[in-house]
Amino acid sequence: MKEIIIISGKGGTGKTSITASFAVLSKNAVLADCDVDAADLHLLLTPTNQQCHPFISGHIAHIDTEKCSGCGTCLSLCRYDAIVAHDATYSVVASSCEGCKVCVTFCPEQAIDFPEQRCGEWYKSMTRCGPMIHARLDIGAENSGKLVSLVRKQAQELAKEQNCELILIDGPPGIGCPVIAATTGTDAVFVITEPTCSGKHDLLRVLELTSHFDIPAYVCVNKWDINPSMTQEIQSSARAHGAQIIGTIPYDNQVTKAQIAGKTIVEYGNSISAIAIKQIWQDFSSAIEI
Amino acid sequence: MKLAIASGKGGTGKTTLAVALAQASTSAVQLLDCDVEEPNGHIFIKPEFTSHEDVTIAIPALDETLCTNCGKCGEICQFSAIVTIVNQTMIFSDMCHSCGGCILVCPENALHEQAKGIGCIDSALGCGTNHNIDFIKGTLDVGQAMSPPVIRAVKRKISPATLAILDCPPGTSCPMITAVTGSDFVILVTEPTPFGLHDLKLAVETMRSMDLPFGVVVNRAGCGDDRVNDYCSAEQIPLLLQIPDDRRVANAYSRGEGLLEAMPELAPQLRAMVQDISSKVVISAEGKQ
Amino acid sequence: MKIAISTSGSTLDAPLDPRFGRAVRFLVYDLEQKTFTLVDNEQNLNAAQGAGIQAAKTVVESGAQAVISGHCGPKAFTVLSAAGIAIYHCNADSIAAALEQHANGELQPAQDANVEGHWV
Repeated sequence: MKEIIIISGKGGTGKTSITASFAVLSKNAVLADCDVDAADLHLLLTPTNQQCHPFISGHIAHIDTEKCSGCGTCLSLCRYDAIVAHDATYSVVASSCEGCKVCVTFCPEQAIDFPEQRCGEWYKSMTRCGPMIHARLDIGAENSGKLVSLVRKQAQELAKEQNCELILIDGPPGIGCPVIAATTGTDAVFVITEPTCSGKHDLLRVLELTSHFDIPAYVCVNKWDINPSMTQEIQSSARAHGAQIIGTIPYDNQVTKAQIAGKTIVEYGNSISAIAIKQIWQDFSSAIEI
Repeated sequence: MKLAIASGKGGTGKTTLAVALAQASTSAVQLLDCDVEEPNGHIFIKPEFTSHEDVTIAIPALDETLCTNCGKCGEICQFSAIVTIVNQTMIFSDMCHSCGGCILVCPENALHEQAKGIGCIDSALGCGTNHNIDFIKGTLDVGQAMSPPVIRAVKRKISPATLAILDCPPGTSCPMITAVTGSDFVILVTEPTPFGLHDLKLAVETMRSMDLPFGVVVNRAGCGDDRVNDYCSAEQIPLLLQIPDDRRVANAYSRGEGLLEAMPELAPQLRAMVQDISSKVVISAEGKQ
Repeated sequence: MKIAISTSGSTLDAPLDPRFGRAVRFLVYDLEQKTFTLVDNEQNLNAAQGAGIQAAKTVVESGAQAVISGHCGPKAFTVLSAAGIAIYHCNADSIAAALEQHANGELQPAQDANVEGHWV
């Protein structure tokens, strides 16, 4: 059983569109949407929600104003600017609270509660391409990677249960906690980028991350014909950083039309990008032996 | 005025707009690149950096001669960054959130803080053809998990007297929230597609939960459908500007050239938008007094 | 000597839980007495982060001197090694089978973590 993640570094290069296309083209895969902050895979795969579970992670401080004596100890100790003063009392700014327990521990009146925090929900659903695990982080919730790890673990269990040979992961943008949590321990990373200076810059940071974790990386340039010479530059840099090149996809305005119709591009006629993606999937599956 | 440029979805054009706003400005402006995981503003501003500083966070260091392994540090730590196992106390600094709790709670004063580097800030003054842009770029080291401390360090460079434009990270979780907190106004950049609309709604919910005034700019207008515009009307969200979908812009962007190089005619519209936002912010501040 | 085995079950026929940090519990088997106790690991279910570290602490405090599990990440490995606990990786079908493999000397102690950390 293999786990493949699709990431990009830079946002907006086509991760979700391509993950959804791969989902259609693959057989016997479990899908995992690890972009829990701004999950979009469900917009193309229209899952029917079978199970919904709350996601509880960490705690948040809450000041009981009746017990608060207004001494201000909490404000003086908080390193996250999460305590504000009002007249004679104080309160916690929930979106800034790190859940560190310092104010709770040192309040002389023990006026601060520390309830568990519901941070979001996760779902186990069915789609036309196979079972899917996805999630939604609540507004302002911390995205440490814990929910991402939970989505992955659920996908791994589901794959074992249902004898699936592949887990396809739609990854988050960037290179921080959620990307690290989504990428560590995968068998291969598919990086989709665009032929722009920004795309190149962000790709190289992602490749640093994949070498750091020793995971083979395969790079594909999307909308390559916007700038063919930048495409070539990116491909050489990627090779120099130890990645393999796994095809290119031309710019295609049918992609947005397909999205509006709620379909993946490989289900929306035989457009130039659909043809390219089908070939890429074939090449990529043989490269990683699935 | 602190003007944050954010979005739900990645790749909608935040950096494109932030850079264009700075370049369109005729007075002194600061452009702060708060997308510290993947900062891109420098590609378009092409700054000559004159200052570089490391960003560090405080992590605990243990004096084993004073430690009695009482375990109080491990008890307060919510992040398993310090833990006492039988007769030794171990520190896992990459888990540490720098809250200072373990140091405060140690009865033997056996813990003190030391600095750990997680990123850096580079600054360049007087950039752009009018030499009016001070550019501040934050970068998180690859392999470091947490960006908010670097974002906070970048924001400490905000000069209260000028227009500060903050190029924020995508999404709606802690990095974006850290970047937009305390702004006078937030511009949410989106694209007229189903993904764009879905993620815009998340960003709008975030703005409302933080009680921050905001408006929407639609980039690549015409490439999709009208649902974003309809949503903004229905929700009475100000639609500040629509930037047309134009291959010239994509080509210029791919070469590291800004929006105004492809479409210089946008400059007066951008200035008018900032002026409009600025008067809204002043009225709102007066209203609160 | 006691050995801790990660599991979701509660008897010797139960299967191994391949995860160390987020295992439901540990069955701690006393090799001399041939008895066992069950040690709960559920403090980790909702832990903000550091499940591996907390699980390792639980194992150390149980008095076990060896662990049999499937996957053990680098931080858990560091804690267990610092406490002098041997870590064995095993994919036997049941706890009883794992104990037998250990008794027959078929299991080699791990020199390093065998999975990446999860950075949570």
